[in-house]
This record gives sequence, C-alpha cells and structure tokens, in this order.
Amino acid sequence: MTDLYESQRAMRAMRKAALQRGVIAILDVGTSKIACLVLRFDGPEQYRENDGVGSLAGQSAFRVIGAATTRSRGVRFGEISAMNETERAVRTAVQAAQKMANVRVDHVIACLSGAMPRSYGLAGSIDLHDATVTEQDVARVLASCEVPDLGETRHVLHAQPVNFALDHRSGLNDPRGQIGNRLACDMHLMTIDGDAVQNLLYCIKRCDMELAGIASSAYASGISSLVEDEQELGAACVDMGGGSTGLSIFMKKHMIYADSVRLGGEHVTSDISKGLQVSLATAERIKTVHGGVVATGMDDRERIEIGGDTGDWEHDRRTVSRAELIGIMRPRVEEILEEVRERLDAAGFEHLPSQQIVLTGGASQIPGLDGLAPKILGNQVRIGRPLRVQGLPQAATGAAFASCVGLSLFAAHPQDEWWDFEMPIERYPARSLRRAVKWFKDNW
Amino acid sequence: MRQVDTDSAPARRDPAPSRWAYRLHRLWLTPAVRKFLRLGLPLAVSGLALTWVFAQPQNRSAFTEMYSDIRRSIAERPEFMVQVMAIDGASEELSADIREILPVDFPISSFDLDLEAMQEVVEQLDAVARVDLRIRPGGLLQIDVTERIPAVVWRVQGMLELLDEAGRRVAALYARTDRADLPLIAGLGADREVPEALELIAAAGPIADRMRGVLRVGERRWDVVLDRDQRIMLPETRPVDALEQVIALHQAQELLARDLAAVDMRNPARPTLRMRPHAVEELHRIKGIELGDILQ
Repeated sequence: MTDLYESQRAMRAMRKAALQRGVIAILDVGTSKIACLVLRFDGPEQYRENDGVGSLAGQSAFRVIGAATTRSRGVRFGEISAMNETERAVRTAVQAAQKMANVRVDHVIACLSGAMPRSYGLAGSIDLHDATVTEQDVARVLASCEVPDLGETRHVLHAQPVNFALDHRSGLNDPRGQIGNRLACDMHLMTIDGDAVQNLLYCIKRCDMELAGIASSAYASGISSLVEDEQELGAACVDMGGGSTGLSIFMKKHMIYADSVRLGGEHVTSDISKGLQVSLATAERIKTVHGGVVATGMDDRERIEIGGDTGDWEHDRRTVSRAELIGIMRPRVEEILEEVRERLDAAGFEHLPSQQIVLTGGASQIPGLDGLAPKILGNQVRIGRPLRVQGLPQAATGAAFASCVGLSLFAAHPQDEWWDFEMPIERYPARSLRRAVKWFKDNW
Repeated sequence: MRQVDTDSAPARRDPAPSRWAYRLHRLWLTPAVRKFLRLGLPLAVSGLALTWVFAQPQNRSAFTEMYSDIRRSIAERPEFMVQVMAIDGASEELSADIREILPVDFPISSFDLDLEAMQEVVEQLDAVARVDLRIRPGGLLQIDVTERIPAVVWRVQGMLELLDEAGRRVAALYARTDRADLPLIAGLGADREVPEALELIAAAGPIADRMRGVLRVGERRWDVVLDRDQRIMLPETRPVDALEQVIALHQAQELLARDLAAVDMRNPARPTLRMRPHAVEELHRIKGIELGDILQ
C-alpha cells in the first residue's frame, strides 16, 4: 500500500509549495474545451480589514487573476487520445492565462472527467489499545480497511474517510481524543484508469509544469455546484460535459459515490450533424443557438437555415424547422439522463434522505432541460451554476466552468485524503526512528 | 473545364504557441529574468561601454581636459573673480599680520578660495578672537576680525605679555609703561588663573594706589604685592574673602600704613603679621618702657 501513496504525497507536498509561492494554475481538460485559471493565494487578511468581508467559505483566500479557454483537441470521452494535439491545446490555454495574469505558473492542479471512474466503499475496524483514540489509532483503522482488487492499471484518485464510528456511535467526523473500545471507519475509494493519468501527466510535463494535484471533475463540479445543505443532506451532481457526463453523490459533505457516463454534448452535436447532413461546426452552432428539448407548436413554424458551402444552391439553402431539430436532440438527451438514472439507481441513491439532483456542465444549458430532466430523474432537479469566486471573469461563470471553479475551491480547501493521515507505526521500516520512539513510549 | 477551388482557403492558423514561443513567454514572465532584462542588462551594457572607453588613456586624458576646461571657463568668469581683500575691525599691525599669513594672489576665482582653511589660519593668530570671512559681490574678500582685548600684563621670566580676561595671550609687550593702565600679574601659572586675579584686583580697590600687582606663588596661591615691599599672602581657597578681611582691617586700623613686611593670611583662621626688624625693636622698646613704668 505504501508505494501507492508516494505520488499522491509528492503531489500534496508540491501543492503546499505552490501555495507558499502563492500562485497555482487550475487546468480542466475536457472534451470540448480546455480551461485554465490562474489563482493567487494571499490570505484572507488582505481583504478583511478594509472592506469587512469575512472569509466566504474560504473563497476570499484566493483570487482568480488569469483565465483562458481554448477549444479542446485530441480529447475523447474526457480522455486524452492524441497527445500532441492535447499538449498544444493545453499550451494555448496556459499561455493565455499566464499572459492575463502576468505571472509565471509552475504548478498545476488538473481534473479529468473520463477514464472510467469506479467507486468503492471500504470499511475497517480495530480494537483500541487504550481507551482514547489517538492519531495512530486513526492511522491504524484506515490501514485496516479491506482494499479490493483494483486491477492492474487502475490508479487511486481519491480515498477519503467519510465516516468514523466509535463503538455504537456513528457519524463522527473527528474521533481523536474520544473514548471507546472499538473504532471503525468507512472510506470512499475512487479509482480511474492509470493510462489516462499517465497521459495527462505527460502532457503537463511537456508544458514545463508540474502536477500539484489531480481530481475527478465530477467531484470538483459537486463542490462548486451543490450548496451547503445539499452537500450535507445528500445530493447528486450531474456534470454534463462534452464527451462524458460525470455524476457524484455527496452526503455529509463527503463524496460517497462517483461515476461517469460516456455520453455528452458532443454526441448531441454529432447526431445533429448526421441527421441534418451538416458539418460538425455548423451542427454545434445550430445546437447552441436554436437547440432545445421540449417542442411546442411555435417550433413547427420556426425555420432554421442550416446552410452549407457546396455551391449547390438547393443544398446550401436548406432549412429545418426547430421541431425537427428538437426531435433529433431530445432522444439523445433522454438517453444521457436515463443512463445517469441507471447509475444513480445502481448506487442506491433512492436511500438517501434527500434526493436532490443538480445538473451542471455545458450541456445542462440546453433550453427546456429543466422540463425534461424531472421526468427521468425525479422531482427534485435543478439546473445549477457554480459558486461565484473572486476575480472570475464573467465569461467563465457559466455552468460549463463548474469543474474549474470546484477545482479552485478544492485547491484552497482540500478534503483530507488517506495519504494526509499519519502512517501506522507498524508500516514504517524496521529501523525507523519513529518506531524507536513508539517503543520507548509503550515501555515507559 | 476550369477547376474552381472555393474551399481550398488558406489552412487555418494554429492558435497554439510553438514550444519555444511558450518557453520564451514563460521565461519572460519569470521575475528575475524580467528584472535582469529591464534593469540589469542595460546597466551592464552601459557600464561595459564606459569601461571600454575609459580604458584608453587618450580618451581618459581628453575627458579630464574637457572637464577642467569647462570648470575653468566657468570659474574665471568676471562674476566669480575676487579682486580685493578688506579687513575690518583689526588694528594696523594685526591687519598687516593677516595680509602676511594669507598668501592670496589677486585677482583669484572664488572657486579657488578655501575660506574655511583661511579662517583657521587667521584664527591661529593670538590677537584674533573671532574672524568671519565672506566673499561680497563686487569681487571683495571681506574679513571681519574681532580682536582680543588685553586685560592684564603678565610678567614671567623677564618677559612681558598681554593676556585677555580668559588668560589667552594677546601680544608681547616691550615695556610696562606702554600699557600702564593694565594691572600686572606675575609668577608661573598666573596666566591660567587670570579671572581670579582680576577678581582680586577688583576687590583691592581701596588700596589700588598702593598695589603693584598680584603674584602667583608656587602655582597655587596669590600674593598681593604693595609698594614699600609689603605683601598680603592669601590662602589657596577663597583668596578674595581673605583680601577683603585685610582691607577691612586696614580701613579700621590703618594696618598697611604701619611698618609691616607681610600680612600672612595663608591660614585664614589665624592671620599673622610679619613686622620689620626696626618695628620689632621699636615694639620691644615701647614694651620695655611700659613694663618699666609698671615695675617702677
């Protein structure tokens, strides 16, 4: 288990270094766009004195000083498929963001949406040596979790202890210092395809930057789009991206399940392209300008010029009614939502006390989705936009930037992961100094 | 058949920066590099150029020549030339002395006059208490001198010197009669106690017509020397009080008019009179007569 943490711990150390330097970049490698934000951390005190603004859920600790978006290339289903193309796109975004921030960024926190995430719930329990729970006991109970066979190429992305139980008392956030006999913990472990991580790492290396952290974009969107009571009571965030739709379930402010559906807005575009015999760019434009999912009588009369540049007058002057366009788009959107529903059912979402579902991501901006989604996902559905953070340009406040914003919040306030806790003494090498100290403590 | 290629528009430019452009941009954003390029490099280049130019001796000498030429052309303008020296507040001999020790060849530029050094030189003259030098418009070097005022004549080792109130030497004196108006002090170390001597002389007002001077004895106490070889020997501490005591005695009993050699006040609690031999004989004779009368 030890080697598994090495890279994560190294990333954590690098993030600390970046925070000390005060500048860090956020990179969202998506299927349709690559977004880069440059954050400056200068502590909440700077703003507190003159304008009396308190720490807004930790957001006042950082400020967005650079933002850039570029059309993504070489990414399919949220995974990098053409490395050179992706590298160039990342370079474009990073350079533009650096130019806006007028500062050089060396550390980057990235998120990726695809790579087949898989969630595991782990449980472990130990008997306490003495009545009080110490850091070492927490480390031991985390180590006692039974880790399933993850598979050869899987890479652990998140491993967060979500719950501690002491004897019969459950739902403890921090059991240290409490008294009991038996300590148990539940942990949420999320793995993704290792190759995807390696590819991303390579791209970022090629851009002369260092990876200071990596997160799942479904998780990041959840952080930014779910409001506090939704995170507390239980809610699902559905991040409808370009190539994949991520979903994450939150409960008691912890992510307890994450998954992704390999369908997204680009599939809708390609459907339009195929159905109307137009280029992908035209299809994308038609989708964003005229698209919808609920047809009305008015839509039959509204004709859309779909154009073309073949030189054939008949071909270039084609029009479709908006109802036809909706007829193409709706089945695909329904398919995506049904797929999401299936995943939620598989995760046991109906057992949560509150079953709020928040749709976010670029594809959630289709007009009429708020009418369609409740039919498939249930009554408690809303379209969510990410939290506002300081200094974010207006163009980057839309739903498509949910995971960027979430990643910024994640950078400012990371949740404790498995590798942030102490290692149990038993796992240290035999000649370790800590082990000697422990032996002395136990014997005197 | 003409081929119409409408859609072979020029290939869309790749918006991505090349690897090197990206690296250079990042390098430019590095604060140290930026500072160096904006400040360090220009400074270094200009410094190198200056060094190279001045490394050649002919350039260096040309530069210094040019500098001195410019300086001279400014300094020698008629506005800055000093023609005359004017000395105020000094006697004839003193101003002659000052002209002698200030070797200035007029006309001279005021840039070349070091007034502070000249002031120091003039102040070294004993007769000068204070001197102010300034260059007045019109090419005039104005020297305002305050002379020391002699307060006493000091006779020591056969020489006569004039001292001011603080005991500083003013000038030598060739004959006592040249300054008969000043009181005389004598003895080694008397110049260090001139204020006390002046107090004594002031206190000796009632016997001023008989006083010849005050004498410092053994560099510790004073004697007031009167004519007819009389002296009043004063103690080391509070000599003025002792002198006043003697003067009071004199005024009451004509003490000093008698045939005394000295009034010894060295121990103020026990004043002692030293009589001359003749007076002693006279006293013995008178005592004998008085005693004889009684015996008879």
